[in-house]
Amino acid sequence: MARAAVLVAAATAANPAAAVVRLRQIAKTYRSGTLEVPALRGISLEIPSHRFSVVVGASGSGKTTLLNLVGCIDSPSSGTVEVCGEEIAALSDDALSDFRARNIGFIFQTFSLVPVLSAYENVEYPLLLVGMPQAERRRRTLAMLEAVGLAPQAHQRPNELSGGQRQRVAIARALVKEPQVVLADEPTANLDSATGASIIELMRRVQVQSRTTFIFATHDTQLMSHADQTFVIRDGELVEHRKGERQ
Amino acid sequence: MNLLFKIAFRNMLRNLRRSLMTGSAVAAGALALLLFGGFAAYIFAGLETNNVQRIGHLTVFRAGYFLLGAGNPAAYGIDHYRDVIQLIERDPVVGPMINVITPTQSLVGIAGNFSGSVEASKTFLGTGLIPSSRERMRQWDEFRAAPGYVPDRRMSDDDPSRGEIGVGLARVLGLCGPLGLHGCPALPAARPFSAATKDEAQHDLTELAARDLSADAQGSNPTPQIDLLAATAGGAPNVVQLAVAGAEPQGVKELDDNFVAMPLGLAQQLVYGRGEHKATGIVLQLHRSEDMQTARARLTALFAQKHLDLEVRDFGELAPFYGQVKNMFSAIFLFIALVMGVIVLFAVVNTMTMNVMERTNEVGTIRALGVRRAGIRSQFTVEGVLIGAIGASVGAVVALGVAALINHAGLTWIPPGNATAIPLRLDVAGRAALVGGAWLGLAIVTTLAALLPANRAARLPVVDALRHV
Repeated sequence: MARAAVLVAAATAANPAAAVVRLRQIAKTYRSGTLEVPALRGISLEIPSHRFSVVVGASGSGKTTLLNLVGCIDSPSSGTVEVCGEEIAALSDDALSDFRARNIGFIFQTFSLVPVLSAYENVEYPLLLVGMPQAERRRRTLAMLEAVGLAPQAHQRPNELSGGQRQRVAIARALVKEPQVVLADEPTANLDSATGASIIELMRRVQVQSRTTFIFATHDTQLMSHADQTFVIRDGELVEHRKGERQ
Repeated sequence: MNLLFKIAFRNMLRNLRRSLMTGSAVAAGALALLLFGGFAAYIFAGLETNNVQRIGHLTVFRAGYFLLGAGNPAAYGIDHYRDVIQLIERDPVVGPMINVITPTQSLVGIAGNFSGSVEASKTFLGTGLIPSSRERMRQWDEFRAAPGYVPDRRMSDDDPSRGEIGVGLARVLGLCGPLGLHGCPALPAARPFSAATKDEAQHDLTELAARDLSADAQGSNPTPQIDLLAATAGGAPNVVQLAVAGAEPQGVKELDDNFVAMPLGLAQQLVYGRGEHKATGIVLQLHRSEDMQTARARLTALFAQKHLDLEVRDFGELAPFYGQVKNMFSAIFLFIALVMGVIVLFAVVNTMTMNVMERTNEVGTIRALGVRRAGIRSQFTVEGVLIGAIGASVGAVVALGVAALINHAGLTWIPPGNATAIPLRLDVAGRAALVGGAWLGLAIVTTLAALLPANRAARLPVVDALRHV
């Protein structure tokens, strides 16, 4: 416990004013009938903005649960979650949806593109949700597809694209609205190593250009090597916080 | 909104076979509803036309006649009925609505035929009318549901002694031969009157008729004659002769066996003798049926204002059969609509539930992107509505085609209450309320059916939806 407290202090010490995510004493317990399964056990941490942060840990350690809480798609059993200065517990479901639409981009392990929409339409989708005018939508969507190298495939449906191309579309979709936080859960897990490397390279480049906060959950060592900050979780507890070379 | 329809339409195409099956169920529902609805609409129009041609839209009676007058119509005559007709015609509201206004006299009595070898008598229900007015009424065809107007010149304003009777009455009175009717069995031989019977029935129809007939030169007039005996308004028996110009089937056997139509003057002579001639009813046929309630309300107010002891009844009250048939067809239509509604409901619920299950992960993804619960609900509801709307539209188009084919096939049928066959028609085209109503009804059912699974999708926790494989 004493070690955990030291780690919390270390994780929250670095410029608290610039933190885009603040978790305080977060616990999350899943219930399956009468069985209670703790996924997170009192985690406190702060994630600075404009950084490439990585949450690592073994399967079942609680990485995805942590990301879900930061992404405002799940609520903690106890503790407080603050993202972009908003106390999440205070928001209604609709307000949370609007908050996600404006501030958070998601990149999923299985790409999760809308299968009936083309690459262009998938990337344009988040902009429609925030009510952006058509001309601006078009400009941003094309620019984003250009940035991820998929302009020629703009009108292809997801089933006509390779895994790497689909993940590029997902990255473009996550970044097109210029969110404050992009959450990526095992973004390279379904890709071969070469494609995974190119995707990591792409995300890193885009992050540097857009100065968006990226938070990954991964056990991909390639990805860890790019991290500005690494949070190590084991059995639902934060056991290590280290700053990368780029920090 | 555009994106909502785009996604819904593409998802419908993505599961084309499933969408086709569901759309077919909706189309079959629309087809069944519209074809039966078109048939029922034609029946309603045909029945209404038939009734309005015979008894008009509205009839003015002396108060109490409708409930009690059948036993003694003579006691419920309208005094100064010509003045009442004039009052109605001059009314600025009702006057312009009227196509025909004509007096009628109802009566009951005994009809007898004692020509030569035949001796037969039968009670009758008689109507006195103005032949030219009846002819004008028979031409009314607001809904184009009449089989086609054929002038009937057997009765005429110029010959106050000629009338028509029901085929059943003609049969009973032994007039099949003289009237050229076929399929009549021979009458049983008449029993000769005993002396005792003759003594007891001095004033009996047979005697009265026999006295009348003795003065006639039987066979000199080719038109068969019958005698009509009725009690006058004063209670005395009275007899007139009617030249039977023809027999007309009445559709209902009871009426067919009793029906006599005669010129108004003859009926009044029979009922009122030399007293003041009255009428039991003033029939109003309007140009348009939709004016009926307005005209009725206005007449009621007018009679109250003038302190006239009169009441107004519409053809639905005078011919309850019309209402009964209408109710029966409406009940069948409702039953079919319910069955079709349930089939469509289950088909759409099943399809949309499968769609939600297959796309649970997609629901989680777009919820994570920031779509509200209402957005998910709308997405799946629009998909259900789209399938329903397309299915109902296809069903409507097919129904219009099938109806057109049947209408041109030359099929005929005998509707309830009719004596003759008429063309079978399905009134689907031009029935905007029917087509629109069926379409809207199915659209509402599909919307409700889609709402259930759509609501379930909207309520899915985002993380659970994302975890769904």
